[in-house]
Amino acid sequence: MADEPLVLGIETSCDETGVGVVRGTTLLADAIASSVDEHARFGGVVPEVASRAHLEAMVPTIERALKEAGVSARDLDGIAVTAGPGLAGALLVGTSAAKAYAYALGKPLYGVNHLASHICVDQLEHGPLPEPTMALLVSGGHSSLLLAPDITSDVRPLGATIDDAAGEAFDKIARVLQLGFPGGPVIDRLAKEGDPKAINFPRGLTGSRDPAYDFSFSGLKTAVARWIEAKRNAGEEVPVRDVAASFQEAVVDVLTRKAIRACKDEGVDHLMIGGGVAANSRLRSLAQERCDAAGITLRVPRPKLCTDNGAMVAALGAEMVRRNRPASDWDLSADSSLPVTDPHVPGTSHVHSDDHGHGHGHGHDHDHVHELSKDNLYS
Amino acid sequence: MLLLAVDTATPAVTVALHDGESVLAESDQVDARRHGELLIPSVDRVLAEAGLKLDAITGIVVGVGPGPYTGLRVGLVTASTFAAVLGVPVHGLCTLDGLAYAAGTAGIEGPFTVATDARRKEVYWARYEDPRTRVGEPRVDRPADIAEQVAGVPAVGQGALLYPEVFPDVRGPEHQSAAALASLAAERLAAGAAFLPPTPLYLRRPDAQVPKNYKVVTPQ
Ligand SMILES: [Zn+2]
Repeated sequence: MADEPLVLGIETSCDETGVGVVRGTTLLADAIASSVDEHARFGGVVPEVASRAHLEAMVPTIERALKEAGVSARDLDGIAVTAGPGLAGALLVGTSAAKAYAYALGKPLYGVNHLASHICVDQLEHGPLPEPTMALLVSGGHSSLLLAPDITSDVRPLGATIDDAAGEAFDKIARVLQLGFPGGPVIDRLAKEGDPKAINFPRGLTGSRDPAYDFSFSGLKTAVARWIEAKRNAGEEVPVRDVAASFQEAVVDVLTRKAIRACKDEGVDHLMIGGGVAANSRLRSLAQERCDAAGITLRVPRPKLCTDNGAMVAALGAEMVRRNRPASDWDLSADSSLPVTDPHVPGTSHVHSDDHGHGHGHGHDHDHVHELSKDNLYS
Repeated sequence: MLLLAVDTATPAVTVALHDGESVLAESDQVDARRHGELLIPSVDRVLAEAGLKLDAITGIVVGVGPGPYTGLRVGLVTASTFAAVLGVPVHGLCTLDGLAYAAGTAGIEGPFTVATDARRKEVYWARYEDPRTRVGEPRVDRPADIAEQVAGVPAVGQGALLYPEVFPDVRGPEHQSAAALASLAAERLAAGAAFLPPTPLYLRRPDAQVPKNYKVVTPQ
């Protein structure tokens, strides 16, 4: 396996400073420094706080990852970094560090897409991705259904949230229930002791005329908040466990229902679930149940690989190297709204002042196709 | 000795190579929104111009601000990462000290004020006794609030140019130059003087506001 690409990946799109090292599809290290505790009292991620924390954590986290992997930086075949989407200032710390690291080592740089990385990370858990793979990405920042015929060059958005991300809904309901931030883990825990059928909360965008693959959690959030308020106004005790279980059930019901439908419609027999909300135990169990019933193979990485981390970036970077995708240029931009249809940001300059042997400019510019088939796709 | 100096604390993206005696090469661009894109190509250019490679560097000099945060971090994380790979020290210097030193080279003796743009109608500023001697710590203030403290002496820097009513006598360099920063560092190294750690001088607390729709990054 020693001839498989050895890649270091850097992720700083939100509040986790992640550095991972992989060899091909084998995870060697996954080092994380999180600033989540610093954000907790604000009830959400504060961009400037996150950026400051990334700067402090960057070099120590790189060194920890290399040590954990037991490899020398000189042996790396490439440095991958999240180029977007994400918080602009946070991305800038990671891309700047990755560039400096790649430049100083004389290694190629790969600016990659955060969402494609969330999908590709499953290669570290369950081996090479089937082609195509259907992916449901759910976190505090994203809720989308993606069809990926080739994770390095062809990722197609089938649907996305039209308002709140799924994880955001968890955070907001946790705030209404005064459970703190982030909301996902605590709601998951309390829901286990509650009745998911106690309250019938609305399932957004599930009508027959609604878009088949889009999500909406804003109406659900409002309905739950109103329900809680009515209880409080009536002087009754709020059954926190039942509310948590019923809210969570409404979210995961819609997510899994739409994901299975997309698999069936597109004739895809594999469903991958990633993103921080994929750590939710009820989402995992309901997805398993429904995939089994539909004859679909479910792939969900372990929770630590579902939340933002550097290993997922390294996993996609290694795939870029393996498939000879062109490296990025030294003037790579951090792009806070990098489209999901761009799995990476290939360089455009073919000729570098290439006297220190970094592997740039060995590919061609536009080997991935942006035209998408017209049905059900966003542009 | 071969010093690589970088400073991204102001709208300038500035890089220089210094051999302890003189500046070998320098690159100066002013583009407040593209620090991240411009820095490594600038490093590449000055090295190529001097016919050297990065691993010949014996030390890194970095302007630690004060400066608007986003750009400031580009230079600092780049300097720290280079230092970690190359195993060389990072020497931090106050960005305003670089401008003061450049003012001295331009013939201004002092006392004078250095002011850079802090945005939000404020300036980062400090008083200097002479081009090598700062009076107190750098601060961030509204120009009108410091009018009395800076009255009667010339001012240096883009922050001063923005507020002529408070800084009527602006002279010397408008923008930060890594060449001046490197020269100052070389002088200080020769004299055995101390440097700052490569950590940012923000001078402001972060805006503790969670933006609406935070983390929503998927295309709609
Ligand atoms: Zn994510």
